[in-house]
Amino acid sequence: MAQIASITLLHNDDARPIIEAILADNPGVRVLNMPGAVKLDRDDELVVNRASVEARLGREWSPQEIQLVLISMAGNLDEDDDWFKLSWKH
Amino acid sequence: MTVQIKTIDLEPKRQTFGHIARRFGADKPATRYQEGTLDVQATDNFHYKPLWEPEYWHYDTRKTAVVMADWYKPLDPRQYYYATYNIARANMNQAVERNFAFVEERGLLEKIDEATKAKLIARLLPIRHLHWGSNMNMAEITQRGYGTAVTAPCIFSAGDHLGMAQIVSRVGLELDGQTGSALDAAKEAWLTDPAWQGVRRLIEDSFVERDWFQLYVAQTLGVNAVLLDMVYRHCDAAWGASAITVAMLTEFMADWRAEEGKWSDAVVKIVAAESADNKALVSGWAKHWIDRAEEAGKPLSVALVGDESAATAAASAARARARSLGLEL
Repeated sequence: MAQIASITLLHNDDARPIIEAILADNPGVRVLNMPGAVKLDRDDELVVNRASVEARLGREWSPQEIQLVLISMAGNLDEDDDWFKLSWKH
Repeated sequence: MTVQIKTIDLEPKRQTFGHIARRFGADKPATRYQEGTLDVQATDNFHYKPLWEPEYWHYDTRKTAVVMADWYKPLDPRQYYYATYNIARANMNQAVERNFAFVEERGLLEKIDEATKAKLIARLLPIRHLHWGSNMNMAEITQRGYGTAVTAPCIFSAGDHLGMAQIVSRVGLELDGQTGSALDAAKEAWLTDPAWQGVRRLIEDSFVERDWFQLYVAQTLGVNAVLLDMVYRHCDAAWGASAITVAMLTEFMADWRAEEGKWSDAVVKIVAAESADNKALVSGWAKHWIDRAEEAGKPLSVALVGDESAATAAASAARARARSLGLEL
């Protein structure tokens, strides 16, 4: 059975472009809406791409800024200048 | 006993305003920028025809020769509305204050030699009048333009020009011991010095341009991309040993150009891409105003760096920029 990589973000104006970028870049992602928060689950791997977020945000964005809206996550983290990736692969 | 905490996810009745939802074709959450921009300008039911221009309504798409099916297509990639714009500019202004404090503390402008000081007064300070003219142009586009997507960032840009004029004025006040005499001398140079007359003629001619999108092209690709870039980017050599001080005090202008360029380029690109007619019109305007700005900048370039290289370098950069936006020069 596939393990689930997951990220939970605040649901506010700052996080919305990130959520949209995740939905666009991760086919098969499952969305769980909660009051004030959104949990996004995907089998094996979930990635946030800097370029996709910037395209929606209209300014430069560093993947480290995700910390400002991040509630929780599951998976091993691979953080780079260009992406923020959660997966169970090594 | 176990206590189970239950949460209820209340689904809001609407995600956004009706006019935004109609534009998206679906009721989904919109950003503040979208809600503060899309379809905000009035389009119908004006009560009185403007007497000063009875052939048009107050907001009228016919006030420019370019035609857009939807003037809300050229959106601002920076997504500025009142709050985001002010937060961004307040941060930039903090850097300005720090730089001025740094220069004052070390007396960097007091120590410079008289020749450089005179050159700064005659060759840098008069540009505040060009900024003021640019402020007039952007305000004019705001009032004659069509669609909040274009006109709102224009009034932000008008504010930016006023701010930059003030920064230049503060450099002048640093030079003359806060008396204002340098600013009077600089105004005299703006009005009479042959090096500035081409620039003054160009900006004064732009004041009477009635086609607001032509004025937009003239301001962003002519004045901003050629004249302002020439002075702020291609003329470091003019200030000799004070080049770093000047660069510090005009850092705002460099940051502003890099940022505003993203917006003004996007607008020109989208409008030119709308139709072959638009492309031909905008290309013609860009060519006309870049050529004029290059000619106007040449005497100033000679006065600043000794030859016309700064003007030609800025103009060829502006042409390359215009071509990258899909224009044919």
